[in-house]
Amino acid sequence: MALTSIKDLKGRRQSQMILERAIRFCLVSCAATAVVITVGIIGSLFFEAMRFFRDVPLFDFLFGLEWSPQTALRADQVAASGSFGAVPLFAGTALTSIVALSISAPLGIFSAIYLSEYAGISTRNFIKPLLEILAGIPTVVYGFFAALVIAPALRQYGALIGLDVASESALAAGLVMGVMIIPLISSISDDIISAVPRSLREGSYGLGATKSETIRNVVLPAALPGIAGGILLATSRAVGETMIVVMAAGLAANLTANPLEAVTTVTVQIVVLLTGDQEFDSTKTLAAFALGLTLFFVTLTLNIIGNQIVRRFREQYD
Amino acid sequence: MTDQAYPPNLVTDAVPGVRKRHGKEIRFRLLGLSAILASLGFLVFFVASIVITGYGAFVKTVVLVDVDLSQEALGLEAGYTSTDLEDVSYRTVVRGAIRGMFADVSGRSARRELTGLLGAGAEFELKDIVLKNPELVGSQQSFWMTASDDFDLFNKGGAKEETATQLTPQQKDWYRGLLRDGRVKTAFNADFLTASDSRDPELAGVWGAIKGSFFALGICLLLSFTVGVLAAIYLEEFAPKNRWTSFLEVNINNLAAVPSITYGLLGLAIFLGIFGLPRSASLVGGMVLALMTLPTIIISSRVALQAVPPSIREAALGIGASHIQAVFHHVVPLALPGMLTGTIIGMARALGETAPLLMIGMVAFIADAPSSVLDPASALPVQVYLWADSPERAFAEKTAGAILVLLAFLVLMNLAAVILRKRFEKRW
Amino acid sequence: MVIPMTKEMQFSATSGLEPSPSEAHPKIHASCVHVSYSGRPAIRDVDLDIRANSVTALIGPSGCGKTTFLRCLNRMNDIIDGCEVRGNIQLDGEDIYAAGVDTVVLRRRVGMVFQKPNPFPKSIYENVAYGPRIHGLAGKGKDLDATVQSSLERAGLWDEVKDRLDAPATGLSGGQQQRLCIARAIAIEPDVILMDEPCSALDPIATARIEELIDELKQNFTIIIVTHSMQQAARVSQYTAFFHMGELVEEGETKVIFTNPKDPRTEAYVTGRIG
Repeated sequence: MALTSIKDLKGRRQSQMILERAIRFCLVSCAATAVVITVGIIGSLFFEAMRFFRDVPLFDFLFGLEWSPQTALRADQVAASGSFGAVPLFAGTALTSIVALSISAPLGIFSAIYLSEYAGISTRNFIKPLLEILAGIPTVVYGFFAALVIAPALRQYGALIGLDVASESALAAGLVMGVMIIPLISSISDDIISAVPRSLREGSYGLGATKSETIRNVVLPAALPGIAGGILLATSRAVGETMIVVMAAGLAANLTANPLEAVTTVTVQIVVLLTGDQEFDSTKTLAAFALGLTLFFVTLTLNIIGNQIVRRFREQYD
Repeated sequence: MTDQAYPPNLVTDAVPGVRKRHGKEIRFRLLGLSAILASLGFLVFFVASIVITGYGAFVKTVVLVDVDLSQEALGLEAGYTSTDLEDVSYRTVVRGAIRGMFADVSGRSARRELTGLLGAGAEFELKDIVLKNPELVGSQQSFWMTASDDFDLFNKGGAKEETATQLTPQQKDWYRGLLRDGRVKTAFNADFLTASDSRDPELAGVWGAIKGSFFALGICLLLSFTVGVLAAIYLEEFAPKNRWTSFLEVNINNLAAVPSITYGLLGLAIFLGIFGLPRSASLVGGMVLALMTLPTIIISSRVALQAVPPSIREAALGIGASHIQAVFHHVVPLALPGMLTGTIIGMARALGETAPLLMIGMVAFIADAPSSVLDPASALPVQVYLWADSPERAFAEKTAGAILVLLAFLVLMNLAAVILRKRFEKRW
Repeated sequence: MVIPMTKEMQFSATSGLEPSPSEAHPKIHASCVHVSYSGRPAIRDVDLDIRANSVTALIGPSGCGKTTFLRCLNRMNDIIDGCEVRGNIQLDGEDIYAAGVDTVVLRRRVGMVFQKPNPFPKSIYENVAYGPRIHGLAGKGKDLDATVQSSLERAGLWDEVKDRLDAPATGLSGGQQQRLCIARAIAIEPDVILMDEPCSALDPIATARIEELIDELKQNFTIIIVTHSMQQAARVSQYTAFFHMGELVEEGETKVIFTNPKDPRTEAYVTGRIG
């Protein structure tokens, strides 16, 4: 009796172990998917971009001042169908991102200051989710709003004070993008500001400082590195944002620092190059992958540095 | 005593400059408050302008038209069959009806202007009515029929001159005449929710896009939830702490912040380019969205697993359960509500995502609702993008209407997540 | 506001001795002080007078309310949500909880040094200059330099840091940081300095330095120090108040409290039986 039951147990145990191995394997492969995706992204972007760089030299792409994928520069040009100097796109991306950050950084940081230092718990619990709504609205909706409401309004008010604002402008796209990023900056800043130890604040109050003096002279300087990390993360968001700029920034490559003019960005050109009707292997479509690769590396770098700074800040006061 | 109520050496004015500092304090505080109010003000302005613009998509202008349904007007001979009824030129009937109401109008261009009163779908509306009610043939009837988009805008805009640059003065006169006779009203526009895309704004609806989004989200949920949850279980419960797992972790965190358009490029190059899956299909859309949401789901599922106290694992292991049994029988069920909450939020993000779908070609004009995940399909946010790009002014209203539908879905999903979180908040 | 003072004077008169000025006019006079956090009482019915230019130690087991009481004296409890203070606390005869009292003005006169050294993440110079600067006590340049130097000198830190005033304060050792915090507090010339277990995070040598410093500072300041070390209270203070379970059990001259306590609880504590 006893012997057979132990044998039974052994047999059950064995099949159980096989099953468990299978489950384990399944779990590991699911976790590995994340790596597969990364490899897939880097691989596909890199492979297609390499084919592009066979036609267009890397140097011309990174430092060329003219972007016009549609027209050939010289009649005798081989393979290339136009000029692929991406500097105007980089400049346009930088311009819209700068406009966006100059809206979202002050509004986000000051909102965070008010929420973490002044607002009571109930006000905070009420306002925080409301701000988060701004981050939950789909970007295509922001894009529509920028094109339908903000751009015409800017044009109209610009005309009133004698400014010529283009109907699609870096300003319109940047403004709306800035609003979208407010919750990102405010929630990171809020975390960071709350992580500044209470003892520092008390030290300042104990000297007879007012609340705002304490915030400006003690809390913000202490929080600054962390907030800077948060702003880097927000920059990465702004650089990678697509729909708002597609709908409101413009399509024409235009090397300018004037936010009132239409500019085009890296993401806009990826969309433009890939949504037309063209064969998959043309230099034009391959150019989109070269742009995608650049975008991927820039945002990845910003994210890694930003996360590193924010994490180091948290550890500092743990 | 009363004059001593304020300790003279401790009040604000006892030390010079303190009053000024308090002034600064108040100004600083107001600055913070105004930052919040500005952000929220934008939100209100934003939502209000979408609602005001989009409201019009849910109502339409209808005109009461007297239609002669006599056999000869329909061009039917005695003993006609139901196939004959289908072959009637309803276009002619509708034109005749509207001309009959304005008998004094003559001349080709004036007549064309007259036909412009009704929408391009008027003939189909009439056809539907007649086919459903064949007994009406031989009688005189009056029907409320959809007006054309220009008239619709003119009517909904309060018949202001500046809202209707597309209309001729004569058309406006007709409109006023009809309005006087009580032959113009606004009605709920059910077509907007049940019809698919169309070149004519008054016929266009979001049903096809909703269905496309539904298919894509279904695929996305299936893939990202299973893979995401299993990956989270491995990382949280089984993975040894070594270089490989910390590399995985960093990798996942960085994937969560990769611009969404990059996933579109991946889908284009691999799913379409290498696997040869059909372009514009919601299957590919769902796969791309799944890749994009996967990191979010892994991260939130891990948080949910971390929240389960170790005592529960220990209890299960203590009564002889294997590691896998302990995790799947005891830990995962407790973490499931948290995982679902994270998944719903990830799905809501995927529902609003546009850029990666553009990359895989879900951007074409598609007039029919997809019937399977392999059919060319649109999606709600893509529909918004397409309509926002259309030159007809009537599409602005439709765009905002589609946005309202999209936002309604998002609100529902987030509400579900909030309720789920509230219900299962820390039961142990 | 006047009533407690008459009571005090009556007490002195009946004692039959000529009251010394500092006893007749205590620097701080607290009576019937109750504090509760979100309705939970922390201290009850505390009456205590603090004599000017002396060191008063507040002792007692942890959680007895000594820190809570200390924080009432410059209204540091105001910034804690749900904290309610009742009773009467006077600084030089003025009620510090009266309507119209400005905590900025109050804290300028009643400075504070905390349990853990909390230098601001700025340079050594900026840490000391911060107080004078916000209060507009010294102009820029020479004036401020002089204030910073004299404060650091009085805190006994000048010689150690004079060559690296621009270095970050967080790079100092724990004991140096705490002396910096004392320098920061005395730079605004307060009347009273509150010290909340200032040596609890320090090693014995740094503790000895701070204790010496406290002894020197009592010439110019009234010092109230919370400590859980009875030896420290015995070494640095002239007066001691013993708190237990939120009540002030006994107060008086330090040597009396330690050698001849009246209350059995005090005796039990100073002899190490409760704590």
